[in-house]
Amino acid sequence: MNRLILYFCGLLACLPADAMEVRQFDDPAKQGRYEDLIKDLRCLVCQNQSLADSDAELAQDLRTEVYNIIQSGKSSEEAVQFLTDRYGDFVLYRPPFKSITLLLWFGPFLLLAGGTFFLWRQARRRAEPAPQDLELSAEERQRLQQLKDRFQG
Amino acid sequence: MATLRMRFALPLVVFVLLVALLGVGLTLDPREVPSPLIGKPAPAFSLPQVAAADRTLSLDQLKGQVFLLNVWASWCVSCRQEHPVLVEFSKRNIIPIYGLNYKDGRDEALAWLKHFGDPYRASAFDEDGKMGIEWGVYGVPETFLVDKHGVIRYKQTGPVTPQDLENKILPLIRELQGAA
Repeated sequence: MNRLILYFCGLLACLPADAMEVRQFDDPAKQGRYEDLIKDLRCLVCQNQSLADSDAELAQDLRTEVYNIIQSGKSSEEAVQFLTDRYGDFVLYRPPFKSITLLLWFGPFLLLAGGTFFLWRQARRRAEPAPQDLELSAEERQRLQQLKDRFQG
Repeated sequence: MATLRMRFALPLVVFVLLVALLGVGLTLDPREVPSPLIGKPAPAFSLPQVAAADRTLSLDQLKGQVFLLNVWASWCVSCRQEHPVLVEFSKRNIIPIYGLNYKDGRDEALAWLKHFGDPYRASAFDEDGKMGIEWGVYGVPETFLVDKHGVIRYKQTGPVTPQDLENKILPLIRELQGAA
């Protein structure tokens, strides 16, 4: 039993398998900016992971680049610019506001507006009194009679 | 009567639009990230060659001609699939092909070239992958087509197939070689 408990304790110790290496900063503010940045940048190899999460070699290299830029005293924007110059907007988890991303930014609101309009129209139609002219026309009466004759006769 | 038919047709129309949208989504390759470097001057580099550490390969040496730069590594599995295509293509002597040996060991790289053939005029030895980052490399193999003015005109991520060469790359090469 004790052995089993020990075994599970050992498993727990393995859990925080961090993809990240230890980085030394001369300023805690820089460290904060670095950590925020790599969470917001996408790894190009494991495309659904951020640079912070990814264990891919390219992600490590790019973390080093970001680290060097931040550590050298440059702004976060410069680090982002460095990556978008080489890899495009794809590396950004927050897409920039551009003409080609208009649909991305406004699409959900358009859908919401469309849905609201649809519901509003439905509600109004339901609130309307049922149409009164349920009388059959002469032509329809004639067709009904034909059908009745066929099935009853 | 007409409104009733509309009511049945509307979900169908929405469904067809949705299928079309998802269909287009399925045919797109999410691994293909458009490079911002296309149409821009190729990033400068100067690195030792794979074949000899004391010789360098730099962008300045390559300028003035249309050339292909193929990113490869001995650890890259898809490169193995692509390599015979490049070897065959180099024999046609249409365009010089240069290599960018990405994050590899010199011995492994040389053994690989010896075993699979060497289509490259020369390969730059990018041991730490810095040049790869400059060129926006994220998935080896990658192939860049650079024009006479040193501007990147085309990039392919992933192995080049004979179809890619004939249908996409070759026409572009001829166009660029014909241009002033």
